Amino acid sequence: MKLGNQLRAALRSLAKNKMRTFLTMLGIIIGVASVIAMLAIGQGSKESIQSQIANLGTNLLTIYPSASMTGGVRSEAGTSVKLTIDDYKAVASRCPAVMYSTPVVRTSGQLIAINQNWRTSVWGVYPDYFPIRNLVIESGNAFTMTEDRTAQKVCVIGHTVSTYLFGEGGDPVGKQIRINKIPFKIIGLIAPKGQNAWGQDQDDIVIAPFTTVQERMLTITYINTIMVSATSEKMIPEATDEITQVLKERHRLGPSEDPDFTIRSQADIANAASATSGILTVLLASIASISLLVGGIGIMNIMLVSVTERTREIGIRMGVGARGRDVLLQFLIEALMISLIGGIIGVGLGILTSELIAHGMSWPITITIQSILLSFLFSTAIGIFFGWYPARKAANLNPIDALRYE
Amino acid sequence: MDDLIITVKNLVKVYKMGDLEVHALRGIDMEIRKSDFVAIMGKSGSGKSTFMNIIGCLDVPTKGDYFLDGVDVKKMNRDQLASLRNKKIGFVFQSFNLLSRTSALENTELPLMYNSKISSKEMRERAIEALKSVGLADRSHHFPNQMSGGEQQRVAIARALVNNPVVILADEPTGNLDSRTSVEVMDIFQQLNKIGITVVIVTHEPDIASYTNRNISFKDGKILKDIRIENPRSASVELISMPVLSEEETI
Repeated sequence: MKLGNQLRAALRSLAKNKMRTFLTMLGIIIGVASVIAMLAIGQGSKESIQSQIANLGTNLLTIYPSASMTGGVRSEAGTSVKLTIDDYKAVASRCPAVMYSTPVVRTSGQLIAINQNWRTSVWGVYPDYFPIRNLVIESGNAFTMTEDRTAQKVCVIGHTVSTYLFGEGGDPVGKQIRINKIPFKIIGLIAPKGQNAWGQDQDDIVIAPFTTVQERMLTITYINTIMVSATSEKMIPEATDEITQVLKERHRLGPSEDPDFTIRSQADIANAASATSGILTVLLASIASISLLVGGIGIMNIMLVSVTERTREIGIRMGVGARGRDVLLQFLIEALMISLIGGIIGVGLGILTSELIAHGMSWPITITIQSILLSFLFSTAIGIFFGWYPARKAANLNPIDALRYE
Repeated sequence: MDDLIITVKNLVKVYKMGDLEVHALRGIDMEIRKSDFVAIMGKSGSGKSTFMNIIGCLDVPTKGDYFLDGVDVKKMNRDQLASLRNKKIGFVFQSFNLLSRTSALENTELPLMYNSKISSKEMRERAIEALKSVGLADRSHHFPNQMSGGEQQRVAIARALVNNPVVILADEPTGNLDSRTSVEVMDIFQQLNKIGITVVIVTHEPDIASYTNRNISFKDGKILKDIRIENPRSASVELISMPVLSEEETI
């Protein structure tokens, strides 16, 4: 039988039982739609996490002092081994794969403006910190090395701090505040960065020159961490190696000894976060796939009923010369048509549902061509897989019995 | 011999039902020539239906030879048997066996659908031609449920004709029809036979057999009698004198 005739015959026989065909199709429609919606949600959250991490600066490397071990008992990181400003200077001058670098000291401070106060973290850094973290000064200026060298009491603040101290839309630049009772002049406002991937408010921050914070506020000689940015994302491993070598040498550690510091890259965190959301996507999609599978079983069930109901028809067709494979193809095409048409409607419904979720719940949604193709191919494969057994059963009928079947 | 359509030699068919063996045919020899109009008669259980299934290439014999139009059917597999049915045989059944919700025209086209060499256009032309020859050209777009039993059987005959078979096999073609419609159907067979088409019908009614020109009786899987009828009854002559009971008889 020619394919055109087969297709027409299949359409006609599906049209004979419209309600039944629709209900069978519904299983596939819901299955495909949920696979697409779930993949869209998973992909959307993955991309939003990735873009937030990229926003932090993917070239970023942070060097922490390690926890020391005394007789098998580990103490808190940084308690016995400290990084010093000389460690920083060695890294800054001897690592060609490092572009920007800054020592970091951190403390928390009680901020007092005229009649408001606010508690937040205060970072003492070199001006290199701004390009490392992709920070942009919205109004005013960042401080320079000149202000650092003379330990000027100046700072730049984030939007959240500005809002709490000076109200919504207030201009903080040029204003005086007291941080832990030390007077500081605000010289710049940082453009908003929003929340980071872990829900921290990146605008709730005060940044002051390194020397000011280390000497005037903390009066310490060591530094908390060193932050550097590699010359490019590809250079991260190279930069890590260089830093490890330089610091090991300075700390008098042999090549085989464990370093007494840890280097963490933003890329590691990005990968871990992507992997987590990747697992989530797979989980969501596999739950949705189960509904597609159930839809496939629905097809098989209806096709089996259909074969029994139409035994006489199969007998007639065989009597006038239909071969086994003609009958097989006829029923397979019917099953395939249910899953194909169901698949097409399901893709439409899936896109619609994803858009509704995106708008209604303002979740990040990304529909990819791959997810559409994947669910469409999957539904087709299910049509063939579950259509095969009933079609085979029809094709193997004995024409004499089929003709006599009541 | 060229005009030999069906040659059967020592045909045996044994059905196995568990441990029980049923001998449906116990050695049949028969020759049917072109333009024969044969009635195969016998009570139920005489083997006539089994014989019909075998010569219709729906079933294969346990032993013996069967040549259809020169083809050795014994050697054929399932697909080849289907192809033989498609090209050389036209079936007419007792219960019409038309596809429901499918027009007369499309029912008639059905055998041609399974012949990939025939174009859609030719298919349509030949189906219309076949419907014309059974007098149903004007009802080609009707569905089986809109037609009388006689009309349905005529569509079935058109379907049997459409592939130009070497033989038309009819299994109790008048079994579900009233007496006048039965004669009408026999009239069509007689007309077709007159233009040289070989027809074999299975019937248990001697009345119906008397319209054919050769009666073969089966009993217990063997041929009991094989007689020629020199002057069979003419259905068309009898129809003139038969009262028309109703135009639309439904079965």
